[in-house]
Amino acid sequence: MIEIKDLHKSFGEEHILKGLNFVFETGKTNLVIGQSGSGKSVLLKCMLGLFTPEEGTIEYDGKPYSSFDEGQKRELRQEIGMLFQGGALFDSMTVEENVMFPLRMFTRKKRKELLERVQEVLERVNLQDAGKKLPSEISGGMQKRVAIARAIVNKPKYLFCDEPNSGLDPHTATVIDNLIHELTVEYDITTVVITHDMNSLLEIGENIAFLKDGKLAWKGDKSQIFKTEDETVTNFVYSSDLFKKVKIAQQQGL
Amino acid sequence: MSYLHSIGQYFIMIRGIFERFTKRSVLKELIFKEIDELIIGSLGIVAFLSFFIGGVVALQTALNLNNPLIPKELIAFAARQSIILEFSPTFISIIMAGKVGSFITSSIGSMRVTEQIDALEVMGINSLNYLIFPKIIAMLTYPFVIAISMFLGIVGAYVSAVFGGFVGADTFITGLQDDFEGYHVFYAFFKTFLFAMILATIPSFHGYYMTGGSLEVGKASTTSFVWTSVVIIITNYVVTQLLLS
Repeated sequence: MIEIKDLHKSFGEEHILKGLNFVFETGKTNLVIGQSGSGKSVLLKCMLGLFTPEEGTIEYDGKPYSSFDEGQKRELRQEIGMLFQGGALFDSMTVEENVMFPLRMFTRKKRKELLERVQEVLERVNLQDAGKKLPSEISGGMQKRVAIARAIVNKPKYLFCDEPNSGLDPHTATVIDNLIHELTVEYDITTVVITHDMNSLLEIGENIAFLKDGKLAWKGDKSQIFKTEDETVTNFVYSSDLFKKVKIAQQQGL
Repeated sequence: MSYLHSIGQYFIMIRGIFERFTKRSVLKELIFKEIDELIIGSLGIVAFLSFFIGGVVALQTALNLNNPLIPKELIAFAARQSIILEFSPTFISIIMAGKVGSFITSSIGSMRVTEQIDALEVMGINSLNYLIFPKIIAMLTYPFVIAISMFLGIVGAYVSAVFGGFVGADTFITGLQDDFEGYHVFYAFFKTFLFAMILATIPSFHGYYMTGGSLEVGKASTTSFVWTSVVIIITNYVVTQLLLS
């Protein structure tokens, strides 16, 4: 579980996060949604320790990050899996080497054992035959799955996903969403997904935080978000024509 | 002010390279990879340039020696001095700023653009140590490249002067050995070592701290070449003043 308490972050005069509070639950896919500039990415970077908030705390399983010494921070980072927007795979390494990378850096296992674990996670993301290929030789969707495999290979406690569906076709995006959700349940981890994608919201939105101007404007799950009367949320959710039509159809009982 | 900021940031980066070391077995592999890419990969162009420029230096000296009172040994002497003192250490380093420097900036810059550096940081890896330390160690072998350059430059001078019919082989060898000072070789390798550190760190700095997209990677490579060359030239002047004046 990750708990955010009264989080503030500014850049110069610009106040990005203005007292944010939220609990990201373990075993659930926690979604952070909101318009561009609402503070989603800043929140993610604060949670990853890449930005230091001016006020407030981020607690990992009840322990405030600000109280961690350097060694504890490094240990925590080894418990974090991260899926970047573009995958962030290392170009010069094969798929297998990319997935093996965290294991090589942080474990003392023999190469045979490492390869077994890599094969296990590659099978889990359905890429058992792509191990010897370079990232440039596989599709965008496959790259995302490799990045997921790399993120989970070290059995993390926390999984962060930044726009996991950007640049993917709807079918592949659904595959990625479902994979993230399945892994969250399977490994019983705390997953945080930053997204704009309304389909993701429908597919895997078990615990949703809607941010507006650096504050928590609404929270709930996927079944509640389409019923809420909160104008800030409805303006965002129904900004797409498709969802407007769905709402009208629902109201007409179709 | 921005120059001062960059200079400060450069030295902070240097300190960061030597903190929180990457696992030794991983570093060892990275160092060998960097030696292959930065050093072995440059031998061809260095050998080609050194041989022909050595030849041209001897040729130019021979063609401009019209006074019969000046001994022909001067051709070999001038070639030796210009190759050992300046051509091999300084001018090859400037060429390497274009080849190796641009490669380092663009490879680290591309990693920055595609969030690969962020991925390393999120994993708890010191990206400065992981990316730049192996390059610094690989560049410690750069004096060997310059030694090869010196040797081939003198071979080129010999070939053009002797086989071009400007001077006999014995006269050339005598000129090559005239007034030889070992200190000049020390001076050449001392500054080569400094240039190697410049070649490893300034392009890395431009790649690591770049912002923007792929267009900016190209711009950063150009800026990196300019600054690496400028710093090499200034360092060359200062070292020459200090060690030879």
